[in-house]
Amino acid sequence: MTAKNIFTRPKSLRDVPTHYCPGCGHGIVHSLICEVIDELNIREKTIGIAPVGCAVLAYDYWDFDVTEAAHGRPPAVATGIKRILPSNIVFTYQGDGDLAAIGTAETIHAANRGENITTIFVNNGIYGMTGGQMAPTTLLKQKTKTTPFGRDKIREGYPLKISEMLAVLDGVAYLERVSVHKPANVRAAKRAIKRAFKTQIEKKGFSMVEVISMCPVNWGTSCEGAIKWIEDNIIKYYPLGILRGDKS
Amino acid sequence: MTKKIRNPKSQIPKLKYTLMTGNEAIGEAAVAAGCRLYAGYPITPQNELTAYMSKRMVEEGRVFIQSESELAAINMVFGASVAGARAMTSSSSPGISLKQEGISYLAGCELPAVIVNIMRGGPGLGNIAPAQSDYFQATRGGGHGDYRTIALAPSSVEEAVELTRLAFDLADKYRGPVLVIGDGILGQMMEPVKNSKFEIRNSKLLPKPWALTGAKGRKPNIIRSLYLKPGALEEFNKKLQRKYEEIKEKETRFEEALTRDAELIIVAYGTTSRIAKAAAQNLRKKNKKAGLIRPITLWPFPDKAIKEVAKNAKAFLVVEMSNGQMVEDVELAAKGRRPVHFYGRSGGGVPTPEEIEKEALKVMSSWFVDKKPRTTN
Repeated sequence: MTAKNIFTRPKSLRDVPTHYCPGCGHGIVHSLICEVIDELNIREKTIGIAPVGCAVLAYDYWDFDVTEAAHGRPPAVATGIKRILPSNIVFTYQGDGDLAAIGTAETIHAANRGENITTIFVNNGIYGMTGGQMAPTTLLKQKTKTTPFGRDKIREGYPLKISEMLAVLDGVAYLERVSVHKPANVRAAKRAIKRAFKTQIEKKGFSMVEVISMCPVNWGTSCEGAIKWIEDNIIKYYPLGILRGDKS
Repeated sequence: MTKKIRNPKSQIPKLKYTLMTGNEAIGEAAVAAGCRLYAGYPITPQNELTAYMSKRMVEEGRVFIQSESELAAINMVFGASVAGARAMTSSSSPGISLKQEGISYLAGCELPAVIVNIMRGGPGLGNIAPAQSDYFQATRGGGHGDYRTIALAPSSVEEAVELTRLAFDLADKYRGPVLVIGDGILGQMMEPVKNSKFEIRNSKLLPKPWALTGAKGRKPNIIRSLYLKPGALEEFNKKLQRKYEEIKEKETRFEEALTRDAELIIVAYGTTSRIAKAAAQNLRKKNKKAGLIRPITLWPFPDKAIKEVAKNAKAFLVVEMSNGQMVEDVELAAKGRRPVHFYGRSGGGVPTPEEIEKEALKVMSSWFVDKKPRTTN
């Protein structure tokens, strides 16, 4: 009897040690993207845009063409690439600070133009790379390096619902919020990422998947604590599901 | 029997020249140079360029984007360049300040791009009148980090065409951002341009094996300016410096007029150089030996030309539409061998030939004053 190999490392994912912290969600999201790229057989025409933040080194893991972009500017860079190479598959990988704070304008306008690109928005509610400062998506009362007494709605305002904002734009073809804190959610996240890339392949317009992800180190909790934080707090404020477009 | 139909178009005489503004001419030059993406944001006095591109790029089946901001525009250009295409953005002073982040990244990622600055008065919002007060920004890198950008300064509409085309070639050749620096006058005034200047040249564009086009049949390409390993960034910066040395050696451009026997060398660039040239000619009529050096590349600055004329000339007079920026480069080049005087107008003020003449005569008359030996007290 011969053993059947039913799961292997995706071809698009390099076999290198990770630099991400224990319990971090980036590694899961990286491999989901690579699995989808392999399954859609688009590795040789995919161009990724790595953000500024923890995923700045994404090109060390992804085995396809990748460029860096300045903080917040990936949607503009992706616009330039996609307009020149409309047959290629172009996606941005962005964190909450990148997409929903410093790059808010680029995000909204690329989406509103209906740029035929895909954005993977990793929302962990914190600036990880710089050591845990408040992000636009940090929850109320959540303690961070720059909200030592907890995020206060009077002082810091409310957690930004950027996906809900984008969902009203006509240029957005597909937008879903998923999470990677549990195996079932990871599977759903992969399906969403695949739908987003398919949306681009079918030239339907802007597609985005917001992925709620863990950052136990900067949340000051354990890996289990991070999963519980998502379950008990984040997805209550940021409910999962399709915000625009459909499952087809 | 066939009836001969006369093509109505053939009756129109083929024009040799087109009358156009500097802004439009720069746009058409970019089209001729094979620019495939233009992104811009409205700002006076360069709006005609964006408007021109919105028509011409679409006519040519190329990409025109009115961006949501200057930051987005320069990053769209960044993206097009990543994909291997020739790309351009344009703006005026306050907008160019916003683009500096992107220009620094272009330099750090070694990506070719052309950035046009039709300068207006500053600081801050300043005004919309012509100025040359972005010289430091254009020649010292402009954004953060250890880099330089080639800065080409045309003085006429026709030269703006030539230098815009050159800007694309140099950007590709040296893999970096190249600036075309004009002022509000150059952008807005109309001059005839030889139509042949817009002819498509058949010379092949340089191959760009580094561009991101999808890793088909090759290893993935990575474009980045991040160097985290100890020593890696220093090594990369040294590589950039070697490139800049080569540019200094090969790409320094200037024009000189009436310099051979000149006692006073006026140094001016762009629109100001044309006014200064008129002043130098007027001075010659009065038997005053004035000449002109006009830097065409602001960076690399033609310091050798300054050194050369310093051998015979008695002094320099730098004229700028600023309160004195290029004057520092002339001083650096003259290295104390000859006195360097300055006359500037700023905030939208434009010097007249008479003003420059008066300043020149003031400098020249000081040479004939009886100089008593100085004593120290």
